[in-house]
Amino acid sequence: MARNITYREAVNEALAQEMERDETVIVMGEDNAGGAGSPGEDDAWGGVLGVTKGLYHKFPGRVLDTPISESAFIGAAIGAATAGLRPVAELMFVDFMGVCFDQIYNQAAKFRYMFGGKAVTPVVIRTMYGAGLRAAAQHSQCLYPLFTHIPGLKVVTPATPYDAKGLMIQAIRDNDPVIFFEHKALYDLSGPVPEESYTLPFGEANVVREGGDVTIVTLGRMVHTSLEAAEQLAADGVQCEVIDLRTTSPLDEDTVLESVEGTGRLVVVDEAHPRCSIATDVSALAARKAFGSLRAPVEMVTAPHTPVPFSNALEDLYIPDAQRVVNAVKTVAGWTR
Amino acid sequence: MTDGRIVPVAMPKWGLSMQLGKITAWVVGEGDEVSIGDDLADIETEKINGTLEAADAGTVRRIIARVGEDVPVSGTIALLAPADVTEAELDAAVEQARAVIDAGIPDEAGDAPELQTADVGGRKISYAGAGTDGEVILLVHGYGGDRNSWLFLTEPLAARYRVYALDLPGHGTSAKDVGDGSIGVLADAVTGVLDAVLISGGADRAHLVGHSMGGAVALAVAASAPGRVASLTLIAPSGFGPEINAGYLRGFADAQTRRELKPVVGQLFADESLVTRQVVDDLLAYKRLDGVDEALHTLLGLLLDGDAQATDSAAVLAAVKGAGEAGGALPVSVVWGAADRVIPADQAERVTGAARYVVDGAGHMPHMERPAQVQAAIEETIARVS
Repeated sequence: MARNITYREAVNEALAQEMERDETVIVMGEDNAGGAGSPGEDDAWGGVLGVTKGLYHKFPGRVLDTPISESAFIGAAIGAATAGLRPVAELMFVDFMGVCFDQIYNQAAKFRYMFGGKAVTPVVIRTMYGAGLRAAAQHSQCLYPLFTHIPGLKVVTPATPYDAKGLMIQAIRDNDPVIFFEHKALYDLSGPVPEESYTLPFGEANVVREGGDVTIVTLGRMVHTSLEAAEQLAADGVQCEVIDLRTTSPLDEDTVLESVEGTGRLVVVDEAHPRCSIATDVSALAARKAFGSLRAPVEMVTAPHTPVPFSNALEDLYIPDAQRVVNAVKTVAGWTR
Repeated sequence: MTDGRIVPVAMPKWGLSMQLGKITAWVVGEGDEVSIGDDLADIETEKINGTLEAADAGTVRRIIARVGEDVPVSGTIALLAPADVTEAELDAAVEQARAVIDAGIPDEAGDAPELQTADVGGRKISYAGAGTDGEVILLVHGYGGDRNSWLFLTEPLAARYRVYALDLPGHGTSAKDVGDGSIGVLADAVTGVLDAVLISGGADRAHLVGHSMGGAVALAVAASAPGRVASLTLIAPSGFGPEINAGYLRGFADAQTRRELKPVVGQLFADESLVTRQVVDDLLAYKRLDGVDEALHTLLGLLLDGDAQATDSAAVLAAVKGAGEAGGALPVSVVWGAADRVIPADQAERVTGAARYVVDGAGHMPHMERPAQVQAAIEETIARVS
């Protein structure tokens, strides 16, 4: 039975149900319980934004608070995965990946390939991303393009509570390393989620709105921005098809191409920086494989190529909003040679 | 309404979660005469698109809800009235209805009927009821369906009966374990819910309505618990001949993606436009629940022997009808969509001793495509109980 729960609760429920189902699933990270070892302070945090709260007492010994040493505990999680556990490690903010990147891109991502398929690394690295919380340049980035670039990693960016739960369960059951991106600004978003366990396959985009005039390809928080824009555009008679990629690796090329072949017009909306990004990747996909269908140049709506500003006013301008999406859609819809 | 001669046409409630409906097209216009069962308007909801059929006969005097407008459930969308009702009287009724539509979803609209559960042999079985008076009806869906398969029928039947619909094991929100996938497992679940609703309804017997695989299950219940079944309405039931669209069944069980599932589900209907993106998405969400894939594949063994039907409902029916005076007197009806592409409609002739209803313009889901005719068949069957 589906009931409304938040994105935060959906991730927590996925973790709890998989820990219940499979005793090799463990959770680890900075303050994932919080206060461990201090009398009366157990499970004080549940991670910095409370996602893992409650698991510590439900699953004694399987929720590990770690030192503030990403290189150590991400490495430990990857090692534990190769040795038979299914760790879900929380790397608080994706901005901190730099200190443990070797373990991820040059170790975890390579094991299955280098050992001829004899090694599996079923680790999930949960991480928060995205601007909008006044957390400035070092805590607000959208770094999924870096991980999407690496063969051997799977990269997941759920936009809704339903997707968050199904994709997290799939991530835990998957035998490859999965980087699971949770947008900070979505944690309180509420939506219908079945009580039962379920999985959503990786590499299957979700057409969240149908329309025949312009295709909008997007992901994560920008799904909601794009839907808001599509609603406004519909009032002006422009029907947008909005595609949520759900996972950037693997990428559902077919759903994107089928839509672009129908509309001939593409806008890619991505909160990340504009260079070497999902926006450029999807634009190139359309240019290469749907060239004959395109009736206008592809437009990209992204953040600018700058760090995330600390100034509130500038941060608000930095994040793509519905008006910018509307403008881009109108540009491609009205384009003539 | 201000005048008993003015009959309102209300926005229907199709399923527990429906709060608003949108008219996408009016089939009738002001001044048209309508009979019961005539198409009135095409309506779109968050979950499904359907056609509202007339529940009353009369002259359409006023169309109130505009095309494209959201109307809360039970809001008046049109008025039927005889010619001697004055324009002023109609204007007053329109004004009242307009206020309701403009007010949007009422605050108390969230009070949907509670989903109930029964524990049957260690399995959690979900069911929901509607209606407060009258005899008890229990609706049993088919393979891959759930209690919401009856969404177009529940509210109209609830006006005169206490209507319950359950989720069979492996379906909806019931336990997904179907054991050996035998008809006994499914029939036991139905009997368990039947007992629960008879106790809460203070009744001795219920009228069973079963669709497709659920028809075979309803028959099995009538065979094992004859004293508790007052009548049987079988809608495109399985087990009355060898022919079946095995490709449909396997395709439904195997489909993993929206692309694979949509053409399969289309085969259920005469009019495939009923298969909206939301319908496919809801089915896909169900199929992705843990345990469902296994349940659906296990149940294929109940339905198929090679490419032919494996169940023999005809023999069960003969046993039920032959079981003494009560069995012989048990009213049985069979309803079939003339354009059924899953089980051919000519198998209706093999349902011996049953009243037959062949529904034009409907495929394997006449209760979704032509609900008013199925409702009439159910009510006539109930009326035949002596």
